[in-house]
Amino acid sequence: MPEQLTGAQALIRSLEYEGVEVVFGMPGGAILKAYDPILESPIRHILARHEQGAGHMASGYAHATGRVGVVIVTSGPAATNLLTALQDAYMDSVPMVAITGQVATTSIGNDAFQEAHTWGMSMPATKHNSLVTSADEIPDAVREAFHLASTGRKGPVLIDVPKDVLVDMMTWHRPGEINLPGYRPAVKGHPRQVKAAVELIEQSEYPVLYVGGGVVAAGAADELKEFAELINVPMVTTLMARGVFPDSHPLNLGMPGMHGNYTATIAMQRSDLLITIGARFDDRITGDPKHFATGAKVIHIDIDPAEISKNRFADVPIVGDAKTVLGQLIAETERRDTHPDRDSWLATLHEWQATYPLEYDQDPGGPIQQQYVIEELHRLTGGDATIVAGVGQHQMWASQFWGFEEPRRWINSGGLGTMGYAIPAAVGAKVGTPDEIVFAIDGDGCFQMTGTELITASVENIPIKVAVLNNASLGMVKQWQTLFYDGRLSQTELSPTVPNFAMFAEACGAVGIRVDRPDQVAPALEEALAINDRPVLIEFICDPEAMVFPMVPAGGSNDDIALSREDFMSREEIA
Amino acid sequence: MKHVIAVLVENKPGVLARVSTMFARRGFNIHSLTVGPTEDPGMSRMTVVVDGPEMEQIVKQLYKLVHTVKVTEFEPGTAIEREIMLVRVNASPKLRGEILDAARVCDAKAVDVGVTTITFEVTGPPDRLADFLQLMSTYGVTSLAKSGRIALARDQKTAKSQTKSA
Repeated sequence: MPEQLTGAQALIRSLEYEGVEVVFGMPGGAILKAYDPILESPIRHILARHEQGAGHMASGYAHATGRVGVVIVTSGPAATNLLTALQDAYMDSVPMVAITGQVATTSIGNDAFQEAHTWGMSMPATKHNSLVTSADEIPDAVREAFHLASTGRKGPVLIDVPKDVLVDMMTWHRPGEINLPGYRPAVKGHPRQVKAAVELIEQSEYPVLYVGGGVVAAGAADELKEFAELINVPMVTTLMARGVFPDSHPLNLGMPGMHGNYTATIAMQRSDLLITIGARFDDRITGDPKHFATGAKVIHIDIDPAEISKNRFADVPIVGDAKTVLGQLIAETERRDTHPDRDSWLATLHEWQATYPLEYDQDPGGPIQQQYVIEELHRLTGGDATIVAGVGQHQMWASQFWGFEEPRRWINSGGLGTMGYAIPAAVGAKVGTPDEIVFAIDGDGCFQMTGTELITASVENIPIKVAVLNNASLGMVKQWQTLFYDGRLSQTELSPTVPNFAMFAEACGAVGIRVDRPDQVAPALEEALAINDRPVLIEFICDPEAMVFPMVPAGGSNDDIALSREDFMSREEIA
Repeated sequence: MKHVIAVLVENKPGVLARVSTMFARRGFNIHSLTVGPTEDPGMSRMTVVVDGPEMEQIVKQLYKLVHTVKVTEFEPGTAIEREIMLVRVNASPKLRGEILDAARVCDAKAVDVGVTTITFEVTGPPDRLADFLQLMSTYGVTSLAKSGRIALARDQKTAKSQTKSA
């Protein structure tokens, strides 16, 4: 006899059917019915302290595992709190499914208690969304959401489920075939374009592989390495792609752009061919687009046709999955078996690397330099940790100074630049990869936005580690005020003493450590690395004057890259 | 320059909101937009007249919407384009005959006659509507309602149809 389920039971069973092992969320009135069958489900539920946190947890989980992150929250304020996490995931193409409660279908539009137009508000912040209007639709709605989130250009998908739909009975059935006549993401690149791309690469004297987060999303790190070595072309990896190619590889130039290193940024400027894979010519990469890589032709490989020629004209567009297209490019390159000489180009780049390294000075008697903390952590872990950052100076330093060797070990908010991302995303990442060290590198400004998720980490027994690089300021904004507003600091100085982050951590059930001298950095990190039964937070009282360099001023040409504060000031004087 | 595009979408609740939200979000300007059923009850057809040079992005962003099935951008002259207009014109009894004569020439149909106004219905290609409107402006147009454009490709393979993989 066919099984009769409530909509709520059908919803949880549909999630089980998708292989979901964990959901992040918080219950409330409209979604209440769905929380009852969670008690019997093998799915683990992580109770966040704020819905934005739950959303970033799902995102961190998805980043770390490559699987779809799932978040469940109630209607109204819960849904609006979740919006930030949805837009964040949308900008960074993170596969997520969000389930929101909604007031009963009979109340929609009546301004009922905790009603918000979730479906309308989330429309431009999701890849797709839907409002389920009968319990019978649930299995197909969930199947469709997971399919959309995890295929093509990945992204968040939201399902809004009214309260009465969760209560209503339905006859359980497995979801049918996906029926989306307008959704056919391309996989294979056009053979003619693949051939044209390989020809351009052969003819190029100064090629650069410009690799973005799409290659991580496609799981194409192996193909990327094979291709890069085959064509012997240097590579830059964007903020979203750090780790997809080993930083220790001689062809890896590191991160380009606004806070990229000199060699990566200028290699693109001098290039005659940008072999772009899963990257989107973001303004943080290009600076002023009119002065960006003016002599370069562009091969643009992307799964999303709308990215091609959006910001920069593509001479050779290739729409397809990065893994498949890289396979095609490798095959075509091997077939032609030509080996252009890249020695002088590579020698030039290696010379720049030697001349313009990333630099900072740690005075043993001075304040802790943020970069020093990152380098010490790398030394003590041997680089074997997943690093999760918020947004701002600490994020840039982490990307610059951590040597990334593997994909999915670097998690941050790139496109939206969501302060407060690190702590909840680290929780999600640790849930997804419990055997890895997950270390959040956060700023004091960011931590104060979402630090309460440390409570979630303690209570749910998710032993993340946190380094708060406390410079008592909204450091990146302060840097801009220092450089571009004559040092007139407006609302960017935070308290150097309040809160006491170590005490806050203790109050949250985590271990709290607070240090302010360089010689205390390594012992504190060692202590934190030895604690595995609880979350641990180290507050590093850091240099409040430290700035992120190199830097290209917003809207400026990448040619005007400033290597240090002194370099920046001398240019200002000339100008 | 104005471009005419036909967008075949799945007939799902909210599909118009998805399309219009996308236009607003991306900063694309809509001149007119019409939507209605097609021969297939599962599909609706939108005809969108847009301003601006960003046609490639507009077409691609439309395709990115999951419920968009096909987008066709019409080259000038390759589509049958129609609009309907209701226009109320000042018409004192003295001028009524003259106005009705002019309307007859333009294929405009008087659909309502008041004491001092006449309301015309005009159906046809956009330039016919524009011509009539200009003609009537000398008498004084008091109210105007236009349907927005609908279009179908002529029965020749001349429309530039951009396929999903483009």
